[in-house]
Amino acid sequence: MNPGPPPARASACPDIGWEHFHHVADVGVRGIGSTPAEAFEQAALALTAVITEPAGVRPAARVDIECRAPELELLLVDWLNAIVFEMSTRRMLFGAFEVRIEGDRLAGQARGEPVEAARHQPAAEVKGATLSELRVRQDAHGCWRAQCVVDV
Amino acid sequence: MDPGRFERVNDTTWRIPPTGPMRVPAIIYGGESLLRDMDDKVGEQLVNVTTLPGIVRAAYAMPDAHWGYGFPIGGVAAFDAGDGGVISAGGVGFDISCGVRTHRTGLGRAEIERVQAPLADALFQHVPVGVGSTGRISLDPRGMDAMLAGGAAWALAEGYGDQRDLDYIEDHGQARDAEPEAVSERARQRQRREMGTLGSGNHYLEIQEIVEVLHPEAAATYGLRQGECVLTIHCGSRGLGHQIGTEFLREMAIAAPEFGIELPDRELACAPIRSPLGQRYIGAMRAAINCALANRQIIGQLARDVLRRFWPGIELPLLFDVSHNTCKLETHALEDGPREVWVHRKGATRSLGPRHATVPAAYRDTGQPVLIGGSMGTESWVLAGLEASESAAFSSACHGAGRCMSRTQARKRWGGRQVVDTLAAAGITVRSPSQRGVAEEAPGAYKDVAAVVEAAEQAGLAARVARLKPVVCIKG
Repeated sequence: MNPGPPPARASACPDIGWEHFHHVADVGVRGIGSTPAEAFEQAALALTAVITEPAGVRPAARVDIECRAPELELLLVDWLNAIVFEMSTRRMLFGAFEVRIEGDRLAGQARGEPVEAARHQPAAEVKGATLSELRVRQDAHGCWRAQCVVDV
Repeated sequence: MDPGRFERVNDTTWRIPPTGPMRVPAIIYGGESLLRDMDDKVGEQLVNVTTLPGIVRAAYAMPDAHWGYGFPIGGVAAFDAGDGGVISAGGVGFDISCGVRTHRTGLGRAEIERVQAPLADALFQHVPVGVGSTGRISLDPRGMDAMLAGGAAWALAEGYGDQRDLDYIEDHGQARDAEPEAVSERARQRQRREMGTLGSGNHYLEIQEIVEVLHPEAAATYGLRQGECVLTIHCGSRGLGHQIGTEFLREMAIAAPEFGIELPDRELACAPIRSPLGQRYIGAMRAAINCALANRQIIGQLARDVLRRFWPGIELPLLFDVSHNTCKLETHALEDGPREVWVHRKGATRSLGPRHATVPAAYRDTGQPVLIGGSMGTESWVLAGLEASESAAFSSACHGAGRCMSRTQARKRWGGRQVVDTLAAAGITVRSPSQRGVAEEAPGAYKDVAAVVEAAEQAGLAARVARLKPVVCIKG
């Protein structure tokens, strides 16, 4: 039996992706997805894009990340800060992310490679994700937007 | 911002009187055009600061203030522990004790020009710079504790620098009562290979020419002569400070309701000074201050090593080393007499006037050097602290030019190669591992620092002493 194309999810978001929003001194990162987890994955790409072009990072090695926070917004900050920590201590950049969220727990994977200054041209390290402009919300079109300002 | 929102006290002082939850007024220093150019968020954030418990006198914004997270960058606020006052991790920022350090070289511009390119190459190779770079020092747990307690004095004992350096570092190069045990394992892990690294973003090492002296007497005291060059380093507490900021911000944001603190913006996360959490943060923050002081002390010596290859025996005495992201316990004259208060300076420099007991003896009659970083193509400044800055803003002044354009906008407008070539045509040699980083730091992305320091002088925060122009710039 031919199962045909999968049915579209009722909450499918037409705008999946990431973007930077305006902040004069620092940078706002925003991920957009059909679920909070997908929005978190996209926000992580936005984080990488502050430093380098995400598509230029080879997913050669995998790092597992786990976080737990009393609310979804803090979970986003924890997730982004965990990536900052892994980038800093491993001297790596990450270009692909997977996230699962169950209750107050996040289990994620970041794939990337060691920093190569000549190839990656990393512009600035991110010092940390802040609580400024921090929001994780679903809009009327079913899209989840996960955002905050990061300090560079 | 619309100046109409403020009471105009004089040409450079603007005030929002306390209303609603504001406990004290908000005061912004700067000329009308600087004020107009400031984002509305500066006013909003400063008003938010005035609502925090225990704040005394006023919340202040310096002439270079810009939209930050929680506090505005260029924000100053003091809190009284006895009056329920708070300490705020967001009010110090992620790069704890980020600051500027300037050495005199005694070399004329012509002497630098003779070796400009090889000197730039040598500095770029010897000083670890940029994302992913590692320092030469790897700290074991015992070494880490000693560094976190000892600051620049630790670096000196490790062979970095000259004994006389300590006299010319704020607080003699050491935050006392630091608590290394309050620094998490993750923060230590981030620092293990980062001692003596410059970082990236707006951090730099520059050789700068003194192109103008505006206050000959103070310049003579500081040993600054027109036509000579200085070496300036701008960086902070690296990964350790960033991690401490991250962890305490989260902890304070979660704990605030337990303390009965209503935060208008969660980024203002704070805890009562007289609480175990507040005390733990103070101990960790002081350890991060020591990390920053040690880091700049090491980089200063790395720069000396390089210059000695070109000019054997050159001393590079330290003019001064001052931080601009801190919270310090200081005694200030309030209406009812002197009181100890916790002064947060986030993107603001301490600016102690003449006769202040903690100003180095050699500068006691002149005031503390206030080091202002500009952008790589324009200029930096040396100012002198003024006595009037005590009543104006708890002895504080501006810290830099401040961005007027986001990194994204700058990247769209300029290419890195283009910026490097334009600066080279102007006699400035730039070395950086990242063309994109250079584009984001393009001179045009920053405000006019000359207008900022002029306003600082008019407002009585600090007096202009000398204007510096970059000759060599090492960027992360």
